[in-house]
Amino acid sequence: MLVASLLVASFVIFGALYLAPGNPISALSGGRSLPASSVAVLEARYHLNEPFLAQYWYWLDNVLHGNLGISIVLRENVSTLIASRIWTTAGLVLYAALIIVALGIGLGILSGLRPGAFDTSTLVTTAVSAAIPAFVAAIVLILVFAVKLGWFPALGNGTDFLSNVRHFTLPAIALAISSLAIVARVTRASVREEGQREHVQTAVSRGIPSRQLIRRHVLRNAAIPITTVAGITIASLIAVAAVVEVAFSLNGLGAYLVASAQSKDLAVVQGISLVLVTAFVVINLIVDVLYAVLDPRVALGSRAQ
Amino acid sequence: MTAAVPVTVRSTTRGARAVGMLRATGPAGIASAIIIAVAIFMAIFGTWLAPFDPITPNLSLAWVGPTGAHLLGYDFEGRDVLSRLIVGARTSMLGPLAVVLGSMIAGALLAVAAAWRGGTLDAFISSGLDVLFAFPGILLAVLAAAVFGAGLTAAAIALSIAYMPYVARVLRGAALKERSQPYVAALEVQGASGPSICLRHLIPNIMPLIVAQATILFGYAMVDLAAISFLGLGVQPPEPNWGVMISENQVGIPQGYPLPALAACVCIVAVVIAFNVLGERLFEQAQAAPR
Repeated sequence: MLVASLLVASFVIFGALYLAPGNPISALSGGRSLPASSVAVLEARYHLNEPFLAQYWYWLDNVLHGNLGISIVLRENVSTLIASRIWTTAGLVLYAALIIVALGIGLGILSGLRPGAFDTSTLVTTAVSAAIPAFVAAIVLILVFAVKLGWFPALGNGTDFLSNVRHFTLPAIALAISSLAIVARVTRASVREEGQREHVQTAVSRGIPSRQLIRRHVLRNAAIPITTVAGITIASLIAVAAVVEVAFSLNGLGAYLVASAQSKDLAVVQGISLVLVTAFVVINLIVDVLYAVLDPRVALGSRAQ
Repeated sequence: MTAAVPVTVRSTTRGARAVGMLRATGPAGIASAIIIAVAIFMAIFGTWLAPFDPITPNLSLAWVGPTGAHLLGYDFEGRDVLSRLIVGARTSMLGPLAVVLGSMIAGALLAVAAAWRGGTLDAFISSGLDVLFAFPGILLAVLAAAVFGAGLTAAAIALSIAYMPYVARVLRGAALKERSQPYVAALEVQGASGPSICLRHLIPNIMPLIVAQATILFGYAMVDLAAISFLGLGVQPPEPNWGVMISENQVGIPQGYPLPALAACVCIVAVVIAFNVLGERLFEQAQAAPR
């Protein structure tokens, strides 16, 4: 399934850009007209005179060998260009994922176990923050924490690990905030639901200590919906990271993808899309494997609902 | 559920039913409906309502703060922020509308076809949609911008395709449940054709769910399209649009002029929350409705 999705995805990415208007020869020559002999050489080198499927095959073969082509804007290897930016995006998404898992699940469990004022305030805050888009969060965070308070830098990457953490904190929060709210709400609902189940009530009546009760009976059963929503939201961060990178002028894959789409640097667009789709599919696969670990009744390869 | 149900539903007028549904959503639902109504009103009549020219720049007025006639001040090119917000409602609302219509119509038809025919067609549609799940909406929109050039149309088509699997998955479940109802068997015995049962009975019966989903989807589409315009791949400046306004006025934030960007943020968030609240209430009703 993984390989099939990736194959179809790669076909879609290649096919879409193959259909893009514009002549690759004129892109290579920078718009100058070339003598017929040079055109023939270029066509032969880039397999431009061969049928679509053959071209796709050459492209896929190159991709599998780590060769994603040459950027027509920077005249550099796309793989090198991607490699130099991938850690910014990966770091940003990982940081945001940590925030989502720690704060989202933590808040959800607390408010699920303790009905009352804390629970109500969590419900209201998460309802609002779930609707805050990443770019709005970015604007507000820059305004409050970078411009007014000056606690964090507003723009750019850091130089070493510690300054990177400082530079990435606001972007990661902006990226995490709406997913965090959704994860917290789902966690709260499923903890509440599991807490009212008969086996938990029986365990309570038999005097099982609450710490053990929560861990073994409530959280264990609530883990599946929590994993589902955390997995889906974290996977979706991969695409939204582009917005946050642009807002904070981070030198990541997403911002580069947007710039390449604007300058029609198609090899770069293909390469980055492929990397992002692969990451997206792999995260979903990890979630599927987690299902089987969390609930032995789920057979690997089938989808838990 | 009997065949009589669609008849009783039809006996009340559409308008009265809509009012009844809205009243049942409570004060938060009504407040949301009012926000949405204002946004729709601005989207339709904005060009006539706007007090000042939203497009022509006047650099001598750049970043000037609010005054009596200009309630929200001027933007980075010295244009009236309020006028740009009002006129910008059109592109900001029209884009999500197109996405919702596109993905709901295609998704509903695919879902009903899959649920009705089952078997190979169902497997084919379901696995095709599974592959689409691998493409996040924003990524597909960026791809579309790279291929067809930046613009609202390409972004809206890309998002419609990206949302389709989510729509189809929910509606296929509902259509499957509906397919096993006795009234469908009764209609089949009477000799009604498949498409006619689907279009005249099955789809109208899952309509509350479709409306609820469309409402929630509108909020998502608005966020994604605003993000794409923020990235410079959607609506192109100087055309007014809430997403464009955030990106073009972002430079004002470190310089101490946050109002133009924040005003556009507030518009987007208010409309998105309104659609979310209303959509959730409609979902609850659709699921609680006596079947």
